[in-house]
Amino acid sequence: MTTSFILGMLMSGLKLGSIYAIVAIGYSIVYGILRLINFAHGDIMTVGVYMILVLMNKAGVPLFASVILSMGFSVVVGLLIERLAYRPIRDASEEATLISSLAVSSLLQNILQMVFSAQREPFILPTFLTESHKYGIISLSLINIITFIVTAIFLVTLYFVLTKTKIGIAMRACSENMKASRLMGVSINKVVMFSFAIGSALAVIAGLLLAGEYKTVYPTLGFVPGLKAFCAAVIGGIGSLGGAVAGAFIIGVAEMLFAGLAPTSMTAYRDAFVFLLMVIVLLFRPNGIFGSTEGERS
Amino acid sequence: MLRVEDLIVRYGGITAVDGISFHVEQGECVALIGANGAGKSTTLQAISSLLKVASGKISFCGTDITKTPADAIVKMGLVQVPEGRQIFTKLSVIENLRMGAYTNSDQSLEKKNRDWVMELFPILKERARQSAGTLSGGEQQMLAIGRALMSSPKMLLLDEPSMGLSPIMTQSVFDVLKHLKDNGITTLLIEQNAYDALEISDRAYIMETGRITLEGKSADLIKDYRVKDAYLGGSI
Repeated sequence: MTTSFILGMLMSGLKLGSIYAIVAIGYSIVYGILRLINFAHGDIMTVGVYMILVLMNKAGVPLFASVILSMGFSVVVGLLIERLAYRPIRDASEEATLISSLAVSSLLQNILQMVFSAQREPFILPTFLTESHKYGIISLSLINIITFIVTAIFLVTLYFVLTKTKIGIAMRACSENMKASRLMGVSINKVVMFSFAIGSALAVIAGLLLAGEYKTVYPTLGFVPGLKAFCAAVIGGIGSLGGAVAGAFIIGVAEMLFAGLAPTSMTAYRDAFVFLLMVIVLLFRPNGIFGSTEGERS
Repeated sequence: MLRVEDLIVRYGGITAVDGISFHVEQGECVALIGANGAGKSTTLQAISSLLKVASGKISFCGTDITKTPADAIVKMGLVQVPEGRQIFTKLSVIENLRMGAYTNSDQSLEKKNRDWVMELFPILKERARQSAGTLSGGEQQMLAIGRALMSSPKMLLLDEPSMGLSPIMTQSVFDVLKHLKDNGITTLLIEQNAYDALEISDRAYIMETGRITLEGKSADLIKDYRVKDAYLGGSI
């Protein structure tokens, strides 16, 4: 086993980790404010990818413009889901909203299947994006580099929004104390909508990177990666954004190392490995690695 | 300025507020006094639209706000300092103050208010960058009041500002309230601490199990034997 093989695995892990990070943050933001685990979040990713595909193949829109339009579309879908499925039961128990989100997830997958069929459709990005270049002993494609840069830009921007803008501070305030936030004149609906919009737009970026990696799209594409991103958020400590990012990179790297180092007969179990990892972390750190030890919100 | 008429609020199966009426005029400090469980906090929460009103009417500056959402009420200038302070412990002192100014989009007004609040509570200036959870109870109460002032309120609703504070801290909270009153800010003060509340207020209502049982000028109530017996330990 060569160093470059291990390095390659690490790079793939970091790449996967940054995709998970973008999705995990979507989970975490919404959870922080609503205590809602939005299982449909991974499927928004799929919706976004299909939208890009339709715009590019059927309407001949260039890739970049397709991505932007698809983000807009997915934000609308995300807001509609919030308005129709989650807002009416906002005061219900966490279990009720969780089940509701599973239903929405299943609904989205089935709608996609009805509209596009359950078949895998090719999702081929231009070759200049995907061909590998050697840099010393590691090889990277342009899309890999873009993935890292996009993730970094996004994390810095999000940090800025959460610490410097009023709506961002209000998001943190709501996640700590919703009642007091309302007494400050914060409109909870606005904050919730803002967090769904951010999450949905980001999910499209993650979906694009993921489908580009798999070179295909199908109705359940986002579901398992969505679950893994959820694991990342849980491992990091759900509600903690830094934790979500750290958890995402831990999972991404662990998953790729497992895929690369485990015996060939075992590599099919890489998804199971990730979930096992979450179970083990939770056994020792029930609130996740960076999670607060405090109880429920007042 | 604030007018509450025949207010009934139910809480689960219990009628916590059972048909009360009171009013607060511009520039007044009015106290709502009563023991734990009398329905005082419920009344405030109903005014701020955190709880649904079963029946009755609440109006502010002539506008019916019975069904107005909480954030819109804050925008109208009616701001509550909640029981137990409820500051954002994970945010810094400065960020807490920014949240207080959430409804105010005028940057220069926000800065003016912040300077004023920090002059009023110098400790907040010293602790500006600290996370609010590290403040002492008294400092947190100062922050809670300062945060409410950031929105340039027309009227403050204060829910037991002296709760859980040392006698010295309680005194300084009441000094601040006196200062606000001198600055023409209308206040509705909820207290169990009847003596201090009657000292500072112009008028007061005494509340018992969801009803107002006594009302009048604070200067008269403080001498009233019924108030003395029930709330002032008889001998003051």
